[in-house]
Amino acid sequence: MSLPKRIIKETERLMADPVPGISAVPHEDNLRYFDVTIEGPSQSPYEKGIFQLELFLPDDYPMTPPKIRFLTKIYHPNIDRLGRICLDVLKSNWSPALQIRTILLSIQALLGAPNPDDPLANDVAQDWKKDEKGAIETARQWTQQYAK
Amino acid sequence: MDSDDDFNSSQMSDEDIMGDQDSDVSVEDGLPPAQSMDQDDVGFESQDKDIMPSKHAFDVDFTVYSPQQIQAYQDKQIEDVSSILGQPPEATAILLRHLRWNKERLIDQYMEKTEDILESAGLGETAQTHPPRLEKVAGFVCDICCEDDANQDTFAMKCEHRFCVDCYKQYLSTKIKDEGEAARIRCPGDGCNRVVDSKSLDLLVGEDIKDRYQVLLTRTYVDDKENLRWCPAPNCIYALQCGVKDKDLLQIVPTVHCECGHDFCFGCSLNDHQPAPCALVKKWLKKCEDDSETANWISANTKECPKCNSTIEKNGGCNHMTCRKCRNEFCWMCMGVWSEHGTSWYNCNRFEEKSGTEARDAQAKSRQSLERYLHYYNRYANHEQSAKLDKDIYLKTEKKMTALQTTTGMSWIEVQFLDAASQALQQCRQTLKWTYAFAYYLARNNATEIFEDNQKDLEMAVENLSEMFEKPIDQLQGLKVEMLDKTAYCTKRRIILLDDTAENLKSGNWEFNVSLS
Repeated sequence: MSLPKRIIKETERLMADPVPGISAVPHEDNLRYFDVTIEGPSQSPYEKGIFQLELFLPDDYPMTPPKIRFLTKIYHPNIDRLGRICLDVLKSNWSPALQIRTILLSIQALLGAPNPDDPLANDVAQDWKKDEKGAIETARQWTQQYAK
Repeated sequence: MDSDDDFNSSQMSDEDIMGDQDSDVSVEDGLPPAQSMDQDDVGFESQDKDIMPSKHAFDVDFTVYSPQQIQAYQDKQIEDVSSILGQPPEATAILLRHLRWNKERLIDQYMEKTEDILESAGLGETAQTHPPRLEKVAGFVCDICCEDDANQDTFAMKCEHRFCVDCYKQYLSTKIKDEGEAARIRCPGDGCNRVVDSKSLDLLVGEDIKDRYQVLLTRTYVDDKENLRWCPAPNCIYALQCGVKDKDLLQIVPTVHCECGHDFCFGCSLNDHQPAPCALVKKWLKKCEDDSETANWISANTKECPKCNSTIEKNGGCNHMTCRKCRNEFCWMCMGVWSEHGTSWYNCNRFEEKSGTEARDAQAKSRQSLERYLHYYNRYANHEQSAKLDKDIYLKTEKKMTALQTTTGMSWIEVQFLDAASQALQQCRQTLKWTYAFAYYLARNNATEIFEDNQKDLEMAVENLSEMFEKPIDQLQGLKVEMLDKTAYCTKRRIILLDDTAENLKSGNWEFNVSLS
C-alpha cells in the first residue's frame, strides 16, 4: 500500500522543520513507524532527560490517533509501567486535524504539567498526591538514572 | 404494592416515556401491558386461580416498546419542543440529546441563557440562516489529507473548520460505523465542540450510513433515559420501560419480561436473578469467576502453613516442610512443629501432641469458610447445569410430543403439558440457582428459617417434576395429570418463595454478611 500524501507531507515537515526539543524519525523499512525522542521540559523534574518513545501510524490514520508509547522508564502519574500514556488527545479528543507534531508537543507539555487527578499509574498518582515533593524527587532521580 | 407509589411520586416517570400522554401519537398499535404476557406459559388447565393473583410482591410494572414506537415518540417530542423553542427540529434534536432528553431542563435553560446553551450544545449562533452546502474554495489545502486540488468539494459547518468532502465523509463513517457514535459527533477540527447536525450529515453520507445513524440515534434516546432499557437478548429489537431507579435496587429485584420471551433484570440487564438483589449477584459472579475452580483445587490439594497461613501444595518429598514465606518448619502429617519431632524424622507418630492439634484447629477454621462457599456454589452450579440438561431433554421430548400425537391420537393441545412442565422447570431452576447465591450472603436471623424451608420445598418440588420429566415417552401419557399437578405445584412454590423474599427485601428484614452498597 502506498503511503498517503498526508503522511508523506507530515514526515517531510518533521524533517525539514523539526520542533525544538523533539525529534521523530521514520524507520526506513516501515515509514509508519517512528523513533521519537523528547527532551524533558525545563523547570520540571524531567529537565535534562532524553526520553525515547515509539510511534506508529495505524492504517486508518489520521481518522484514528497514532499509537505512542514511552520506551524510557519514567515516573509520571499519567504514564504507566509499560510506557502507555493517558492523554485525552490520544483518545476521545483526537481530531484528524491534529498531527504527529502537535501530539508530541502535547506529550512534552504533559511532562511539564502532570495531572494526578486523572491517573494511569495509580500508585504513582497516589504518591504524587500524598507527598508531591517526594514524588518530584523520585521523578528527578528516575530521569537521571534512565533518561540519558 | 409500594412500588407503584415510588413510581408515581418521582417527577420524571409520572409521564409516559415520551412525556405527553395527551399527545396525538397514540399507542393503539402498542404492546399489551406486559404483566399478562408471562402468564401464558404456565399451561392451560393448570391455571389455578389462587396462584395467579394480579400482582406479586416480586413483580414490577413495565411496558415494552418497539423501535417504531420509540422513534415516533422521539419525533413527537422533538416536534413539541421545537415549536416551544422556535428552533428547527434538527437543532432541537441536538439540544434535547445534549441535555439527555430532559425536556424541562432544556426549556428552562433555553429561556434563561439561550446563547450559552446553544454554544455548549455545539450549535452556536443560529443554525437556521444558512443551510449546509458543499463549496469549492481556491487555494484550499485539506488539513486531513493534505490534498490541494482546487477543484475538490469542501465542507465546513458554522465553525468554519473546512475539510475536503472525502475526508469529512470518511471521518463521519469512521465515527458512525466503527465507533458507533451518533448524537454527539463533533466537528473534525481540533478542539472544536460543534456537533455535526443531521442536515449536514444527510448532505455528506450515503444511504447505508444514514440508516445506521438513525438506528444509533434511536439508541441514544433509550440509553439516555433512565427509565428505558434495551432488552439484552441477542437480536432483540425491543426496549422496556420501568420505573425502578438505581437507588431502589437494594429493596427490589425488578425482573421484566420482554416481548421476545427473554426475562431479565431491569437493574443490571443480567438474566432474571430473583430473589438475589443486583449487588449480591455482582459480588457472587465476581467471586465465582475468581474462586470456584481454584477453591475446589485448593481444598483438595493443599494445606496452610500453621504459622503464616500461606497455602502450600506438597508436590513430593518428605513430610518435613519448610514454608517458603515464613521459614516455619513443620510436619505435613500432623501440622506440628518439626523440632518437636525429635529423632522420629520421616515417620510421624505423634498425632495427639498439643502443637499439632492447635495447628489443625486453626486450619479447620480457615477451611470452614471455604467449605461454606463451596456448599453454596455447588448447588448454584448444579441448578445451572440441570437447567441446561432439562432444556436438552425438552428438545428431545418435543420430537416425542409429535410422536405421541400420532400414536395415541392426542391432539397438539393435549401434549402441551410437556411444554408447560419444561418451562416451569427452567424458571424454577433459575430461581433456585439464585437462592443459593442469596443464601451464601445471608446472615442468620428468624427470617432465614422460613427462607430455607421455602427453598427446600421448591427444591423438592422441582426434583420430583424433573424426575418425572425424564420418564420414557410411553409412560408420559399416563402421567399427564400428575405432571400437571406437579407443574402447578412448582410454580406455586416458586411464587411463595419469591413473594416472601421480595417482601422481606422491601421491608429490610434480611441481614447480609457483606455490605451491599
